[in-house]
Amino acid sequence: MLSSLYKKDKTASWLLGSIALLSVLVPLFNFIFPVESALHFSAYSVSIMGKYLCFALLGLSLDLVWGYCGILALGQGAFFALGGYAMGMYLMRQIGNRSVYGNPLLPDFMVFLNWQELPWYWYGFEQFWFAALMVMLVPGLLAFVFGWLAFRSRVTGVYLSIITQALTYALLLAFFRNEMGFGGNNGLTDFKDILGFNIQSEAVRASLLLISGFMLILAFVVSRWIMSSKLGRVVTAVRDQESRVRFLGYRVEHFKLWIFVFSAMLAGIAGALYVPQVGIINPSEFSPINSLEIVIWVAIGGRGTLYGAIVGAVLVNYAKTLLTGWAPEIWLFFLGAAFILVTVFLPDGLVGFWQRHFQAQKS
Amino acid sequence: MTELAHKPKTGELDTSHGPILYLEAVSVSFDGFKALNNLSMYIDAGELRCLIGPNGAGKTTLMDVITGKTHPDSGSVFFGQTIDLLQMDEPAISKAGICRKFQKPSVFETLTVFENLELALATNKGVWTTLFAKLNETQRDRIEQVLETIGLTEHRSHLAGILSHGQKQWLEIGMLLMQEPKVMLVDEPVAGMTHQEVERTAQLLLSLQSECSIIVVEHDMEFVRSIAQHRVTVLHEGSVLTEGTMDEVQNDPRVIQVYLGD
Amino acid sequence: MQSITHRMKTFFFKRCFLSMALLMLLMPSFTLGEETVQIDVFNEALTKLTAASMQERSAAVEQLAAVQEPKAIVILQALLDGHLLKLKNDGKLVIGTDNGTGYQVNDAKTGQDLGRVDRDATQKITVNNSLRTSLRKTIGRLELKANDAKVRIAAVHAIAKAIDEEGLGLLRDRLTIEPDSSVQDEIKRVLGLEDLNSTDKTARLSAIDLLKNHATQDVVNRLNALVEKDADGNYVEADTDVRNQAKAALVTINSRLKLYAGVETLFFGLSLGAVLVLAAIGLAITFGVMGVINMAHGELMMLGAYTTYVMQQLMPNSLGWSLILSIPAAFMISALVGIAIERGIIRFLYGRPLETLLATFGVSLFLQQTVRSIFSPLNRSVAAPEWMSGTLQINDFLSLTWNRLYILVFCLMVFALLLQILKSTRLGLEVRAVAQNRNMAKAMGVPTARVDALTFGLGSGIAGVAGVALSQITNVGPNLGQSYIVDSFMVVVFGGVGNLWGTLVAGFTLGIANKLLEPVAGAVLAKILVLVFIILFIQKRPRGLFPQKGRAAEN
Repeated sequence: MLSSLYKKDKTASWLLGSIALLSVLVPLFNFIFPVESALHFSAYSVSIMGKYLCFALLGLSLDLVWGYCGILALGQGAFFALGGYAMGMYLMRQIGNRSVYGNPLLPDFMVFLNWQELPWYWYGFEQFWFAALMVMLVPGLLAFVFGWLAFRSRVTGVYLSIITQALTYALLLAFFRNEMGFGGNNGLTDFKDILGFNIQSEAVRASLLLISGFMLILAFVVSRWIMSSKLGRVVTAVRDQESRVRFLGYRVEHFKLWIFVFSAMLAGIAGALYVPQVGIINPSEFSPINSLEIVIWVAIGGRGTLYGAIVGAVLVNYAKTLLTGWAPEIWLFFLGAAFILVTVFLPDGLVGFWQRHFQAQKS
Repeated sequence: MTELAHKPKTGELDTSHGPILYLEAVSVSFDGFKALNNLSMYIDAGELRCLIGPNGAGKTTLMDVITGKTHPDSGSVFFGQTIDLLQMDEPAISKAGICRKFQKPSVFETLTVFENLELALATNKGVWTTLFAKLNETQRDRIEQVLETIGLTEHRSHLAGILSHGQKQWLEIGMLLMQEPKVMLVDEPVAGMTHQEVERTAQLLLSLQSECSIIVVEHDMEFVRSIAQHRVTVLHEGSVLTEGTMDEVQNDPRVIQVYLGD
Repeated sequence: MQSITHRMKTFFFKRCFLSMALLMLLMPSFTLGEETVQIDVFNEALTKLTAASMQERSAAVEQLAAVQEPKAIVILQALLDGHLLKLKNDGKLVIGTDNGTGYQVNDAKTGQDLGRVDRDATQKITVNNSLRTSLRKTIGRLELKANDAKVRIAAVHAIAKAIDEEGLGLLRDRLTIEPDSSVQDEIKRVLGLEDLNSTDKTARLSAIDLLKNHATQDVVNRLNALVEKDADGNYVEADTDVRNQAKAALVTINSRLKLYAGVETLFFGLSLGAVLVLAAIGLAITFGVMGVINMAHGELMMLGAYTTYVMQQLMPNSLGWSLILSIPAAFMISALVGIAIERGIIRFLYGRPLETLLATFGVSLFLQQTVRSIFSPLNRSVAAPEWMSGTLQINDFLSLTWNRLYILVFCLMVFALLLQILKSTRLGLEVRAVAQNRNMAKAMGVPTARVDALTFGLGSGIAGVAGVALSQITNVGPNLGQSYIVDSFMVVVFGGVGNLWGTLVAGFTLGIANKLLEPVAGAVLAKILVLVFIILFIQKRPRGLFPQKGRAAEN
């Protein structure tokens, strides 16, 4: 599959290659070179690199629904957060009696709320395999139910965007509630270990980065395969001429639903990889602006091209790291300007611009 | 008419009584405006029927009703004697064998000509089958054959977006053919075409007549005259004004009146 | 009589006239005659107040009460509140208000401002409990004759607090001549409550009957006490008839309370709905007419709210006027910003609604950060003018806040005005034409570009006006817009795009639904439920409550 990919699409292969290289080299350099060496990567850069890769995966997932299928989902952050919460619940259960209150069964915030027993929906999360399953199942299920209702009644365009935004907003409000049993405002944090290893240790951080890189490459390859299948062509056709596809005899809602659920699962995985690397998950991940930020990654990178989403996610987040460190007030100006400029002047994003430029020169 | 009384029961297409499409007393209204007004019409199997009428006569709405896009307020629409189209949605109707070409050429511009035809190919159109779909020899041949028919063989790997207007129209007709339809609804196929293109289109439609029933909606009278071998139906204000051969229709004073005014 | 009144006029404030005349009729013993005598008695009583013995002080209070001098009430009240002070150096009696470091004092006798004195330089005139009780009664008695019905009601309450035979007598007498029905009701209630304690069964039964129609929290408590059981399970109240009567009265009262609670919920719902409608109606115009999703709509409201804040800073001394002037100012500012957005960005994106959504979201971030940079990220509070604050007290159980009442009225006015603009102006006609069929309108010579800009300006201006209203009920901060944008979209989508009436109905429906759910589910859950409801509703009716029909709407 990989060799055929290289033949067909060199850009993508280069991109994947550099992701793989970075995921290996960054933690490696962090290990082997001493702190004072110029080649040393700090633990901070390891974790930030891991974060970018998760965001790239998240961007990729949105690109599938928006770039390829034309569904501007403004709730992608919700699936990311749900995946993150599923992982967070596993990590929470691993704390055991090392928590502040020392309750072996209940996380601190439940003890604090005077809860006597674990709510039923926390059952099973002490098992990694179960949590890993839920990371995909929960976002997938939500996407399935929501999408089934929405696509079946042919809610499209801005209406769909708005109700996906309402969905994530409702979840934001819900997760803020202490009664929900997900730590309310503070969310889940103070994780200790993952699969028995100390979550703070450099080896675990390096492995997480490596896994994130691997997942991103895997997701890319699978998404690419899907998009070059006939299903991919149907999905693009839906984006361009929805009713025509329907008159060709395809059940458009099924295709939309399939891609929506798949993308939600990818977003869930991204969230699950993100949480152990940043050490916290809280309701702010559900806030509508987060989901809109994902859209701008994809828009800047270039929607409808898988590597565009990855490039966009990394670039925008790199800019965010730089700008918020340098002058935080500039960040929103930058983001605002990015939204405006990209939609007005760069509808195909950087990759589209580059392709057009490149191809024009070639021919 | 009494022998045409059908028993509503879904199942196989049954055209044993002649007509392949039955429209009876169909009415559609938008906010008080009657787009179709108690319209009744029958299309025979294997017929090429031309549908003319001034703007707002209800031609496009009629197509919408047949293909399931618009649900009528009253009336019944049957495909053969047993298939109730009003119980079905667009994909189901399409699968049953009624295919439609839109007024505006609706091809997928970001896909190649070949891919456009491949999508239209009559096959299992479920999600999972589509994901793992691979073309077999027969299907490949079929696509080549249709490419030949619509004269786009050399454009097979071009993006549909760069085709000319006329070529897009043909591609769309080709997509209908790929669906192996029993009834083709063709909405204004020659609008905006050059003279040669119109002629080619006329030939194309005539050559397809052997494969299925065709309903053509068109304004271009010359074109209609060139393909109308059977009956022509004139719609006016949502109902059938008259039906007959092209000559009969053109000499009908009512037709002259609605087209030219008093 | 005439001559006395005449002389008194020279002495008293004019507005005291009626009550004093009544007083003279009622209590001849108080009418001492010559003014000089009065002044003497007044001065003598004041001196006596500073005396060491409580008895003398108490006598002085009686004496002061007997003097027909409005200042007497002020002095007595000050004494009760512990504000009556003696200056140590000259022994002068003063009324002091604590200003943290010392007292701001006024001469008790003349009311003259004596400036600030140190705490050490004064001595508080103290009172003991019995004197305090009698002070309350005395003040109540004096105020019962006041001209202002509100003061009289307060007096009734004061007397009721330390009720005795004398007080009852006063109230009974007052009831016979009291002209104001609300004061009458107050007195009746106090008397009724008192009658409950009487030994006469018929008096008690009729008291319950009377109280049934004059329910307050006090009354409910007392009636509840009548039907309670003690620890052994026996009724506290021995008399079965009284008990049953009280039970029946409670049932009546409770059903009325339920009604009040319903009215209150309805009011809260309507006022929340009014806010939603105000927030959504501008959006309905831009969305409905132009098919443009304006994510910066919330920020345009925020601009309106900040305009109110700035206006208030510019004219700090006239809150009312600054608020009223803010309405046109906010309209203009938001409208101009809106037109700039339309001309600068949106017009390049027509026919690409999703892109418009993203670009306007960019604008919203820009505006937010601009405001944050200029006004700081902290919330600014906008003061409410007096006529906006406070409540309209309908009875003990039902009060409506003025600001929400005004916003409700304001919302309806804006709505009516907007309808009128769309219905009977040239712009309105053009807007409707463009909304229905853009190409046709263009073909008819409607300058669609100008109409678009003006429509967008109109919608944005209304957002600004909504911001003025919002500044009166919530803090003004850079995030103000964000918190309303999802809700406003929900209202528009729920009501049906392109239909102002739909927006109105949807806004009020959602507002009321929210407030109905709140007591059952809590505020946050109520909101979530409403959101989920709309999400489900859209799937059932993708085009809202009042969908646009027709061929144009199909495509």
